[in-house]
Amino acid sequence: MRMTAYAIALNGILKREFLRFIHQRTRFLSALVRPLLWLVVFAAGFRAALGVSIIPPYATYITYETYILPGLCCMILLFNGMQSSLSMVYDREMGSMKVLLMSPLPRAWLLFCKLIAIAVLSLVQVYAFIGLGFLVKVEPPLLGLLTVLPALLLTALMLGAVGLFLSSRIRQLENFAGVMNFVIFPMFFMSSALYPLWKMRESSEWLYWVCSVNPFTHAVELVRFALYTELNIEALLVTAGTTLFFTVLALMGFNSEQAARKS
Amino acid sequence: MGIEVRQLSFRYGSRQALQDVSFRLVDGQLNALLGPNGAGKSTLYALLTQLYSLQQGEILLDDQSIRRQSRKLKQQLGVVFQQSTLDLDLSVLQNLEYHGALHGLSSRQVKREAAALLERLGLGDRLKDSIRSLNGGHRRRVEIARALLHRPSILLLDEATVGLDTAARQSINRHVRDLCRDQSLTVLWATHLIEEIAADDPVLILHRGKIEADAPAHEICRQQGVATLAEAFEQITGLKDNSACA
Repeated sequence: MRMTAYAIALNGILKREFLRFIHQRTRFLSALVRPLLWLVVFAAGFRAALGVSIIPPYATYITYETYILPGLCCMILLFNGMQSSLSMVYDREMGSMKVLLMSPLPRAWLLFCKLIAIAVLSLVQVYAFIGLGFLVKVEPPLLGLLTVLPALLLTALMLGAVGLFLSSRIRQLENFAGVMNFVIFPMFFMSSALYPLWKMRESSEWLYWVCSVNPFTHAVELVRFALYTELNIEALLVTAGTTLFFTVLALMGFNSEQAARKS
Repeated sequence: MGIEVRQLSFRYGSRQALQDVSFRLVDGQLNALLGPNGAGKSTLYALLTQLYSLQQGEILLDDQSIRRQSRKLKQQLGVVFQQSTLDLDLSVLQNLEYHGALHGLSSRQVKREAAALLERLGLGDRLKDSIRSLNGGHRRRVEIARALLHRPSILLLDEATVGLDTAARQSINRHVRDLCRDQSLTVLWATHLIEEIAADDPVLILHRGKIEADAPAHEICRQQGVATLAEAFEQITGLKDNSACA
């Protein structure tokens, strides 16, 4: 097929995901309300109980709200990645997945287009959230808003790939509740999103190690450093490697899922 | 553009869904596929549309295996699935644009094609309407328009008129026959409504995963020594009435 056909397909999938997103206004609102609750309500309580010492990339003492901002950005990406995976399972149950699979374009390309669409939608929500953060005086450096973009994009791709992989393994919509309990919550809470890892180590050594190997921790740190115009190489490598790993798994699942569905 | 199925077999675990199925669709005609529940029609469609991978046997497009020309077959196929696959949140045009994009058609090309197709299907003024606002018959027509958008040479319809009233069924049937006549479109129409099949239509009867008859409707009746296709179907499958053929 012509190269333009690939670009047209990417544009078409992006447009469809945006249109669906616009039709689901509550999804956008809930994507913002959840981290805002953490930022405004929970952080107020945690701030008193939890002191954050000077740790990289911060040059000075920071408020707890400032600390959790990158984690909450990643929380939006995490929930959005899983939401998109839910929508893939729904599409499969409703039959509209067949429209996608009947395309003459390679499935790898279609999957990539889906991933990009998920990531772009997530980024819109994250920037809207960061904008709201300024209203409550959580103000990262303005240049950081630019330098964080690649980090957010890579994280969105990683979590989108995890979501697509899960959607290829989940056969029924009803089973999706398990994703909440077994993927989203452990991934989020066992990371550096809400508390620095040294704090975690003070409470439990084994929990510290679990958090250290959690790819979501590295994604949060990648975003945190990038938001302060710094690069965390280790976090970048782990996040990129995890993205690649789950993209390959998702593609394998995507290729075999229809055959597997009835077997 | 000829499509032929040769010695096709497919299993779900230990259950044999299709066994040694062979046929060739008659080009430029409406080919009817009849079969009771569980006969293997959906599996056959899933294989023809490559939603499932081939296990045994071949599907040939212009005498060449689709294993080597999977994309070419997808370009040549238009499909209306039994279950609606339209996005209810989007408009008619947005649904068509999405399908068009997946086949490499620009928005401008889609608008041009869609206007002509929908006009012909009597939906020329519903382009911007949401799919939710359309009744079942109109939704089916949109699905047919969508399946034809990329100008396929083969149209697969899986129970395309199920759940529709008589007028809507007749209208869709008439339109598909017009397409065969005017555009030499080859159609494979899985249906349980025997009255939708004309005497000259090539008919395939699939029963328990095997092709039990492959001939024009009048020829099947002659072979079975009965007056109607419904009687011939009953004789071949042992099922009493055509409502059991879904």
